[in-house]
Amino acid sequence: MVSADFSLRLRSGYHVNSNTPNDEFLIPLRLTWTNGAAEAGEVIFPKPQQEKYEFSKKPVSVFSGDFKVQTKFKLESTGTMIGKLRYQACSEKACLPPRTIEVKLPVEVHN
Amino acid sequence: MAFTTRTLPAVLFAAALLGSSCSKTERPTHAGPKPASARKAAPAFTLKDAEGKTVSLEDYKGKVVLLNFWATWCGPCKIEIPWFVAFEQKYKDKGFSVVGVSMDEEGWNIVKPFLAEEKINYRILLGNDSVGTLYGGVDSLPTTFVIDREGNIAATHIGLVSKSDYEDEIVQLLEGKRTAVSADARAANGSN
Repeated sequence: MVSADFSLRLRSGYHVNSNTPNDEFLIPLRLTWTNGAAEAGEVIFPKPQQEKYEFSKKPVSVFSGDFKVQTKFKLESTGTMIGKLRYQACSEKACLPPRTIEVKLPVEVHN
Repeated sequence: MAFTTRTLPAVLFAAALLGSSCSKTERPTHAGPKPASARKAAPAFTLKDAEGKTVSLEDYKGKVVLLNFWATWCGPCKIEIPWFVAFEQKYKDKGFSVVGVSMDEEGWNIVKPFLAEEKINYRILLGNDSVGTLYGGVDSLPTTFVIDREGNIAATHIGLVSKSDYEDEIVQLLEGKRTAVSADARAANGSN
């Protein structure tokens, strides 16, 4: 197994919901992979911050600033792994619509 | 078998992805209603409400309307909802209505339970990108337009603002019409 870290940086003043938001209506951060050159295993998120915002009665589970999301892979062959990152960002005053972006991870296996 | 590196240098910068939308969130909002001469017509639209009834903005002609674009996943939107519930209750008999446009992609399956939970007393419509585009994109939520009785946009708010800002605008627009009507009546009666 090998691991790949995705580094994310959010604009100052913005946060994304963590992978475990504490409100059923909030959209969690998700990183999913389509198996191909490697078999995706566990996706490991950092420990979320519990932040209190003007708009929330209780702390919100979020990520902000710079953080990394790690995925474990079992390598199969040389190729490219395709992943999807889904996130939904807010500031103190407003939220941006949820987005899903495609991420590509080149895998090179040397025998 | 060897792998080129144990930790792959895959780097994403969410900030760059947020960039184009962020500028709109930071756009200043208008303090108070614009002068009548500076107002533009609110774009017409037709959407469905929670009962499946077709609703048009035209249906509200002659009323002051607070048109609020929101979503269930939007924390700041949830702060405003109790204010709007109170406004609807307080001013509905004076020619005022709140109209909420949900921008939830998942549709009524997620919106209806939310409406029940929040005890929303005003009409909610299910929005779409087309209507959002008519209103300038609605890239940030909440985005709220206060529309005068003539169907013109008197104020635009992007992001969370204060309850008093909204209420001041609503009252000014409701009273503005009464003043105009009174002036018309006085003129008709030949008095000042």
